[in-house]
Amino acid sequence: MLSGAKRLLLLAIVMAAVVSLFSAHFNRYYLGIAIDVGINIILAVSLNLINGHTGQFSLGHAGFMAVGGYTAAKFSLVLQPALPPWAQPLIFFVGLAFGGLIAAATGLAVGVPTLRLRGDYLAIVTLGFGEIIRVIFQTTEAFGAATGLTGIPNWTSFGWAWGGAAVSVFVITCLVNSTYGRGFIAVHDDEVAASASGINPVRYKVTAFVIGAFFAGIAGGLYAHHKSFLAPTGFDFMKSIDIVVMVILGGMGRTAGVIIAAILLTLLPEFLRGFADYRMIIYSLLIIGLMLARPQGLFNFGKAAQKA
Amino acid sequence: MSALLQLDKVTIRFGGLTAVSEVSLQIGAQELIGLIGPNGAGKTTLFNLITGVYQPTSGAITFNGQPTAQLKPFELTRLGIARTFQNIRLFASMNVFDNVRTAVQVHRSHGVRNALWRGRAFQTGEAEVTTRVLELLDIFNLGKFRDEPAKCLSYGDQRRLEIVRALATKPKLLLLDEPAAGMNPTEKAELTKLIRFIKEKFQIAVLLVEHDMQVVMGICERIAVLDYGVKIAEGTPVEVRANPKVIEAYLGEEAVKHA
Repeated sequence: MLSGAKRLLLLAIVMAAVVSLFSAHFNRYYLGIAIDVGINIILAVSLNLINGHTGQFSLGHAGFMAVGGYTAAKFSLVLQPALPPWAQPLIFFVGLAFGGLIAAATGLAVGVPTLRLRGDYLAIVTLGFGEIIRVIFQTTEAFGAATGLTGIPNWTSFGWAWGGAAVSVFVITCLVNSTYGRGFIAVHDDEVAASASGINPVRYKVTAFVIGAFFAGIAGGLYAHHKSFLAPTGFDFMKSIDIVVMVILGGMGRTAGVIIAAILLTLLPEFLRGFADYRMIIYSLLIIGLMLARPQGLFNFGKAAQKA
Repeated sequence: MSALLQLDKVTIRFGGLTAVSEVSLQIGAQELIGLIGPNGAGKTTLFNLITGVYQPTSGAITFNGQPTAQLKPFELTRLGIARTFQNIRLFASMNVFDNVRTAVQVHRSHGVRNALWRGRAFQTGEAEVTTRVLELLDIFNLGKFRDEPAKCLSYGDQRRLEIVRALATKPKLLLLDEPAAGMNPTEKAELTKLIRFIKEKFQIAVLLVEHDMQVVMGICERIAVLDYGVKIAEGTPVEVRANPKVIEAYLGEEAVKHA
């Protein structure tokens, strides 16, 4: 089963790459949405590690996404003219990883002092942090300030987005489904009991935060090279909320559910385009309805969940 | 000193209230000691001091020759102090197996990298963990519930599972905080047997906080009595039972005069 996990990952990446090869034949609009879906899966699954599995309510995911996005975009913009065209995938890959690492470092810097807080307090602090990041990018000339960063090379293909999604799902699933990873869930369930069982809650929380931030940064980089344009307003509070909704709708701590929710919530606004002005109202009503009908999450079928 | 746990004039104050005052106590390896006292005597506070939840205002605690000041609860667990809670604290969203599995990993160094690479070391490590967890569950007849969610167990089984989880950390000292609370006489009799069994089987010291005199008097080799945060008596069950100070603390001054 375990070596099978690695095989599945490889299979997923190869499939994403193959589909990507034929992407020129697809409708560009649908292809764009498919890439959006892949990016949102990364965001939702990584936030699920923090909010779902570890139970730390973070509202700053868009902030980490912005850090990774701007870093990767700037990286490409600086290096692309300097290097030959064949080096593009390399620049992109290194840029994404670099963006992820900077986002992870930011996660560490934010996480260490704030993860002593619990519940609502943590939510408010991470919310504030997300806004600070946005304002920093909004006022820094090097990052395009309020007009945003333009002319980012359009490198995110279907393969990159879904390959990234496969890696993030692999990493987080493998992590949580190990003896080590049970610690995340233990911290979520009962911090005092976890500590009495020899688990360092702060360490686990910070680890979850850093890994979550890393993948949010990767998603940000993919997003930047998908839209070719970054504006600070795209990473506001509402973006964080969108990701939180995916996690809650999918069922906190249920990776499969969260993936399905990410797909649904990306497609839904597109399907509703026909309703024009009423689109967002219908979207919101659907979310309210779903929450009333299935508060434990749309795809949470566990035995424990039914008892709750 | 050969004592496993040594409390030396341990005091803790919460604002103006002295919850535990200059309590000294020694627990030897493989000793079964009871800690009793009326409600609010400071028993659980003393527990929390030993397990690092609180830091003493003054006085010192030494475990296995090592001072425990400034150590966090999880660090003390690694040193060999395990505990259960007065109000059961299981990992509610996990099944029985995972509840124990979580605690088994204390003494393993496997981290993020290992969980992701999933190489041979990881596989053998996980297999070892599984064997150990199943062994423990079987000893306590919980093996048949391994895939049940922990919160679906009966009250008595939940108590036992909590003890198993504590034992999974390979402790030298096990602290049980009112394990008999809320149990019926049959369950209490079983618990008494279980505690004795644990001490023999795992060769560890046990500190038992308990209200139920029958349980405490029945199994403890030595009993310490707390009242208003002060240790008022210590001795064998027979000695403690005859001690006028203890009778006064429980039944009032009148009872002593009549006795």
